[in-house]
Amino acid sequence: MKRLRKFGFGLGTLVIVAVFLVVWIALPWQGVVALGIALTLWMGLTRRGRQTWQVTAVGLATVTQRLGSSSVVVVGIAGVVGVLVAMLAMSEGFAETLRSTGNDHTAIVLRGGSQAELNSILDRDSANVVIQAPGVKKDAQGRPIASGELVVVANLPRKADTSSDANVPIRGVSADVWALRDHVKIIEGRTFKPGLRELIVGKGARSQFAGLDVGKTLRLAGQSWTVVGEFESHDALESELWGDTQSVASAYRRGSSVQSVTVMLDSPKAFDTFKANLAADPRLKVDASTTQEYFSKQSEGLTKVLRAVGITVGIIMAIGAVFGALNTMFAAIQARAREIATLRAIGFRGLPVVVSVMLETMLLALLGGALGAGIVWVIFNGYTASTLGANFSQVVFRFHVSPALLWTGIKWALAIGFIGGLFPALRAARVPVTTALREL
Amino acid sequence: MKYMHLIWAALFRRKTRTFFTLVSILAAFLLFGMLDATRAAFDSGDSVAGVDRLITTSRYSIIQSLPASLSTRIQAIPGVKSVGYANWFGGIYQDPKNFVLSFAVSDNYLDIYREIELPAEQRKVFDATRTGAVVGAALAKRYGWKVGDKVPLQSTIFPQRSGDKTWPFDIVGIYTPAPGAANGSDQQFFFHHKYFEDANAFRSLGTTVGWYVIRLTGADQADRVARAVDALSANSDHETKTQTEQAFNASFAKQLGDIGLIVSAIMGAVFFTLILLTGNTMAQAVRERTSELAVLKTIGFSSRSVLGMVLAEGVLLLVLGGVLGLALAGVVVPIVAKGSGGMLNLPPIGTQTWIVGVVLMIVIGALVGALPAVRAMRLNIVDALAGR
Repeated sequence: MKRLRKFGFGLGTLVIVAVFLVVWIALPWQGVVALGIALTLWMGLTRRGRQTWQVTAVGLATVTQRLGSSSVVVVGIAGVVGVLVAMLAMSEGFAETLRSTGNDHTAIVLRGGSQAELNSILDRDSANVVIQAPGVKKDAQGRPIASGELVVVANLPRKADTSSDANVPIRGVSADVWALRDHVKIIEGRTFKPGLRELIVGKGARSQFAGLDVGKTLRLAGQSWTVVGEFESHDALESELWGDTQSVASAYRRGSSVQSVTVMLDSPKAFDTFKANLAADPRLKVDASTTQEYFSKQSEGLTKVLRAVGITVGIIMAIGAVFGALNTMFAAIQARAREIATLRAIGFRGLPVVVSVMLETMLLALLGGALGAGIVWVIFNGYTASTLGANFSQVVFRFHVSPALLWTGIKWALAIGFIGGLFPALRAARVPVTTALREL
Repeated sequence: MKYMHLIWAALFRRKTRTFFTLVSILAAFLLFGMLDATRAAFDSGDSVAGVDRLITTSRYSIIQSLPASLSTRIQAIPGVKSVGYANWFGGIYQDPKNFVLSFAVSDNYLDIYREIELPAEQRKVFDATRTGAVVGAALAKRYGWKVGDKVPLQSTIFPQRSGDKTWPFDIVGIYTPAPGAANGSDQQFFFHHKYFEDANAFRSLGTTVGWYVIRLTGADQADRVARAVDALSANSDHETKTQTEQAFNASFAKQLGDIGLIVSAIMGAVFFTLILLTGNTMAQAVRERTSELAVLKTIGFSSRSVLGMVLAEGVLLLVLGGVLGLALAGVVVPIVAKGSGGMLNLPPIGTQTWIVGVVLMIVIGALVGALPAVRAMRLNIVDALAGR
């Protein structure tokens, strides 16, 4: 019978943990704030609550005596939160960079089945048909706003390690590109002149690869090109070098063909007509998608992988941290066993004891979570890195430690604190008073 | 060794605490095993099979092809045993998600890559079949291909002359890479460059190749031959860059991102926490046993053997948890690799991981045992027994 009760109790605790985790994951920040306020009110207004606060205060006052073991909880949880937030910040940063590259009022057209610009090719006739299709916005002179573009890949040395080359994308763009991508700004120098071997360099590319400062020359396809300006766009385009389509085409012997056509649509709604028209045209075999769709799709795979890795690593580390916290808190209640037993002997009930031990653990966890998230925010927010993107070339992106991610980190920390505190707290409240007083 | 039972008893003096600590250590080494496998998956630069091979690519860009005429000129360089070439095909099978690492290769390519072990009769059939293809065992298993199957691959880049983007192939051979081959070697798809040239819509491809693979007469010839090859096309419009296969692979892996750095950073955080955690446990354990240690010393254990015992306890704790963790990783990693559907090509936990892991266990164990051990060694019997 006794055994059965013990088993039932253990099972009950596990159910509590499971229910807590489910509720906790779903809980928005408002819910957590409400919980916090409710707890404070309870501790301030009710008798039981005031008792709890007193017990907690004693516990917290003695934390300094258990600095070594308490720091295990703090550092352990800081580690979990730090790694988790850093991995998620990398995934978010990459996704956001690509997502913001596209929008819903421009569309990109590639040869059917190409998937990426690098694989695609469109001859001049097809490109012209696409540009003239209905749904494409016209400028003041009645010409459609569109850019036939080429993407080639150049080997350039990295700044961090000049002995290793990276694939850097070079995009040939037409004059309409400034109307098409109006968020792109020249921040140094000037733009390239059509017909000349001149390039402008994206801010991200300039920061990652060597020899791309304004005024420098570089060799591409056996010819020398001059960097005449730097542009800023806050998206994946910043990883690229831009030149005139004709110049790039002649250097890489592409004739009059292009690889993609990007057009400005009359409105986001015009996309369906535009796409249907291209699909119905027997002269064409092309894929059209909004730039938003095209670029978001490119980030999908890697974002998912990074997220999965981050969460898997986070969970494994969290398991380690939970057991570390359990150890610490069991030791803590053991050190205070006599004191807790005395409290219970003079009439304190179990609840204040349970709540106070858990509160102590969760406060330590909160400190750890804030520490971990804070360190990652200081080091990694805005940190630039680059990886191989869909065009077989480098995409430069920034880590983005958003407030939402920091909040996720804190939530993880509190969850670890909850589990790590629950079992010791229950133990403290259940040890028979007489046994506890006789110990030591 | 004769104190083993004493150490063991001390370790399990408080079962719950030791159990909790063991779980933490297990988690840390499970992570170590998994992350090291991930690192290894992206790091194919260490393959021993490719030491006598050079890769020649365009100096300016990976997408620029090289003239086919270079082949005979490279062959004439002393130190070159044979020259092969290949072209990227960019194949997909049925769905854009099913990417196939496919290459159009020269006839002698399979002789240069000796680690691709193809049964002799299958090789004969391959040489005689125009649309024949040879695939790695893992790739064949992934899509359920057998010898004799007709497989259509779509190229994301090259249409056929008919305008059709689907290329039919006959699977005529399935190979298993020899041990020591680069990771991922069993996922490749090879077919004849001749077929590729003939059926390709881009006619000019007949006179160009994607890259050259050079087999040397000896690995020590690498630098000299590489310079000689690059000199052939210096100042032309198709300058080349020749490097060892290892260097080529390493620079390619680096483009994905510095996986090694990310893994080391995570493991640094994990092991720092672990040292703190187990160090704290050990300190607690020794503090509790002060009087017991004093008794041991009283009955004649030397200070040094007490030191040794506490150190051994720390190491034993780490080794127990660590071995369990790495063993668990050995079970989990293949499951994860299988679950990812070939996307994450994780190698099983290798000897090298085990060696590094065990060294880490011993070092961390000694590290966390050191402070308590020195304390135990310096213990003054009288003070300790008096509880001072």
